[in-house]
Amino acid sequence: MAFNHKHLIDITEYSADDIMTVLETAVRFKEVNERRIKQVPTLKGVTVVNMFNEPSTRTRSSFEIAEKRLSANSLNFGGSSTSTVKGESLVDTVETLCAYKIDMIIVRDKHAGVPRKIADVSGAHVIDAGDGKHQHPTQALLDLYSIWEVKSDLAGLKVGVVGDIGHSRVCGSLIPALKIMGCEVTVVAPPTLLPARPDVLGADHVTTKLDEVLPDLDVVYMLRIQRERLEGAPYPSLREYNMLYGLTKDREPLMRPDALICHPGPINRGVELDSYMADHPKRSVILDQVYAGILTRMAEMYLLLGGSEDGLTA
Amino acid sequence: MALLLKNAHVIDPQVGLNETADILVRDGKIVEIGQNLAMEKGVERDLGGKIIVPGLVDIHVHLREPGYELKEDIASGTRAAAHGGFTAVCCMPNTKPVIDNAVGVEYVKARAAAVGKCRVHVAGSCSQGLKGDTLSEMGDMVAHGAVAFTDDGRGVQGAGMMRRVMDYAAQFDRVVMSHCQDEDLVGAGQVNEGVVSTRLGMLGWPAEGEEIQIARDIAICRLTGCPLHIQHLTTARGLELVRAAKAEGLPVTCEVTPHHLFLTEDAIGDDYNTFLKVNPPLRTAEDAAALVEGVVDGTVDAIVTDHAPHNDFEKNAEFELAPFGMIGLETSLALVITNLVAPGKITWERAVELMAAKPREILRVERVALEPGATADLTVIDPEAAWTVDAADFQSKAVNSGFIGAELKGRATDVYVAGYATMEDGAIVE
Amino acid sequence: MPGDGRPHGGEREGANRRGGVRVACTIPNERGGCMTEAGTVKTVCMDADEIERSLTRIAHQILETNKGAGNIALVGIVTRGDLLAKRLAEKIEAIEGTKVPLGKLDISFYRDDFATHLAPEVHSTDIFFDLDGKDVVLVDDVLYTGRTIRAALDALMDIGRPATVQLAVLVDRGHRELPIRADFVGKNVPSSADENVRLFLEETDGKSEVEILEMTPGSRAGSAPLGGE
Repeated sequence: MAFNHKHLIDITEYSADDIMTVLETAVRFKEVNERRIKQVPTLKGVTVVNMFNEPSTRTRSSFEIAEKRLSANSLNFGGSSTSTVKGESLVDTVETLCAYKIDMIIVRDKHAGVPRKIADVSGAHVIDAGDGKHQHPTQALLDLYSIWEVKSDLAGLKVGVVGDIGHSRVCGSLIPALKIMGCEVTVVAPPTLLPARPDVLGADHVTTKLDEVLPDLDVVYMLRIQRERLEGAPYPSLREYNMLYGLTKDREPLMRPDALICHPGPINRGVELDSYMADHPKRSVILDQVYAGILTRMAEMYLLLGGSEDGLTA
Repeated sequence: MALLLKNAHVIDPQVGLNETADILVRDGKIVEIGQNLAMEKGVERDLGGKIIVPGLVDIHVHLREPGYELKEDIASGTRAAAHGGFTAVCCMPNTKPVIDNAVGVEYVKARAAAVGKCRVHVAGSCSQGLKGDTLSEMGDMVAHGAVAFTDDGRGVQGAGMMRRVMDYAAQFDRVVMSHCQDEDLVGAGQVNEGVVSTRLGMLGWPAEGEEIQIARDIAICRLTGCPLHIQHLTTARGLELVRAAKAEGLPVTCEVTPHHLFLTEDAIGDDYNTFLKVNPPLRTAEDAAALVEGVVDGTVDAIVTDHAPHNDFEKNAEFELAPFGMIGLETSLALVITNLVAPGKITWERAVELMAAKPREILRVERVALEPGATADLTVIDPEAAWTVDAADFQSKAVNSGFIGAELKGRATDVYVAGYATMEDGAIVE
Repeated sequence: MPGDGRPHGGEREGANRRGGVRVACTIPNERGGCMTEAGTVKTVCMDADEIERSLTRIAHQILETNKGAGNIALVGIVTRGDLLAKRLAEKIEAIEGTKVPLGKLDISFYRDDFATHLAPEVHSTDIFFDLDGKDVVLVDDVLYTGRTIRAALDALMDIGRPATVQLAVLVDRGHRELPIRADFVGKNVPSSADENVRLFLEETDGKSEVEILEMTPGSRAGSAPLGGE
């Protein structure tokens, strides 16, 4: 089982075996993260740049912790110091970074396709930490890990993805990843929050009726309502959104007894989920997802950097 | 000065010509077309194996001057036109400042006269500053030589404003050329709405965002009687609307670009090639097939390039930040020959209609035909020349073509404007 | 999945892990020897009985040195050392009647050649007891350059704080690159750098023996055969 990837940019380039390699390697890092000394020297001397061109606290923190626990040297680059603020082009910025002789770039950008462009320009390993409305593959892998850890087998699971599919980079990776692993995916959303062609992402079923599909689902994945990203609200009010698409206590009787609840965070309590569901001790794996983020990101960096054909580049 | 072009195949459906003949030119005019012509003094060229057609014209180009000379200027843009086989172009008014008054028209004409390698027809804007609210001084611009009006680059958003534009323009017998794009519906769309917008995670640009303005403008054409020309039409249903308007007898014409005919949204892949980011966006294969059908059946009146040069650094950027547009002057003719004429979808005569005859009728400028007395604007084509599109060969300042690397057949070798060579054997005459 | 046969135990240096599908010793070569992916079998230097006797002796030596089994813990390095540690634990139990804590250690995250090698299959580290204050006997199959042991010591120290760490190996083939020596050695096998010394075990390989293989150029030189756990 070879793992021959230089980048993690497009989840559809990963096979089911590749994804399982990531998940199983993440299990090994779980042992490391439960030690007193939660650090291994694996990436000693490797320089990783966290290039976050749009605000992100959670994803960046998760990557930073993963890097530190692998002993990589990490540099945070972005925020108010971003090149675009100073009028520098993306390409010039990346070439400047590469002149520092770095090994890996973790990139978050509000524009789709930026990680691929950076990979083409830089020669460094690139991990897409979210690009525009396109993909967020590390989120998909941590989601799969969290589900796999409970369910043991991903194949055949019925997963419902509920909410803002159309503006969600999470979906751009999650739905294809679920399909790669053999899940059956139902997307549940008002048409104003659907992309033109959910089938292109891999959705098997599209519905606007949450209550009708809830009884079938093994996993209910609630998406965050991206309030900041919607020009001209696609729903009349958060109240009505919650009434139609919120996973609330009164919907629990519809759920399978072993159905899990996922959410990429941060939660808008009272919108996507009420507190009863968000904190449900048996169903909610939301905090497990956060922990899985550390484990899977350590695994991804480990596999990508170790898997390079020509050793470290750039 | 006399010029004798011998042994070429001369094709011009305007005068029913399709035969091997010689053309004698004197003082910028065609003097005689016939067999075994001779002259006492002048330049004689043997063009055996070549085709001569009336000078090609592209009625939708962006020369970028004044204002954006780093992208292109009148000198480089008209060199590119000559290199592509054109004897004339019509330039769009979305320069900086906008060509919305007589001063702008005169500026472009003066620069073209000084440095141009082809004729430059000037289109003025419909609204001042392309803002879509106040009429431009169309009358004054007509008086100074503007041939048409358009707010190209964006649509005139208000139906009331479009009605005023067309009502007012009608008095000058000038065409209003419409860039059909409903901004509220299209929003920040980047690519055609559908498979590709979903896969690449970018805002979609629905076909309907174009079609509803086509329908609206046809209705206003009916209301005002002003000649209407639909620019860069891209959708099957849009073409259907034009077809119906023509059947109704309305003065409606339309144009399509080679990139909308021969490229589709499927060409936009994971590499987010910004050279394929155009306005309107590349559509589906079904749309492209319908456009080809429209070219064949006569619904489409003109092939234009919407030549839109941009700086390399502007295009070497995030797809969503890169500007819309691709260049086209230097590939247009070869794409038409390769994809339409060579496979037998259209005749050479039809190609001449699309690229020389009809566009001039739309602009209401002097007819250029292969007949004695006509202005000697001529394009000489080697129909068998095989070549590969190479950015290094472009005369344009820009390289943002979606066809780089394409293997094409046929290209212009010589171009004459009023009897003077602007290109000879593939090289621009300095 | 883990343990589908990517070799891990023992020494790894000088190896090129990239390559085609690797097949266990099955293809006879023109000299009548047997080709493995790492070379031609030259000598069998320990057979099953000899391995058994050596382990018995080592078990006695461990008990003698540590004055009984009371504070001992055995930690084997995957993917052969862990099996040897298990056998040693059984022998110690047979001798002393005491079950000693037994763990296994994967050193993938501690390798010093990580950046130049293909991403390896990571095996699990399972140490389900407190290492603090224990006399830990680290168990490996073949001691060569010492780099594996260096990595294993680092890994152990990150997991706990043993009172002492001792090293038991079945074979010491020499060629040390670091100041490391074994406390308990089954057999000293002089070898040259272009040879490969490998342990095969009944549990995983269907036979128990230590072989010296002649390396073919470009082959990897790990000590574990294929078709493992």
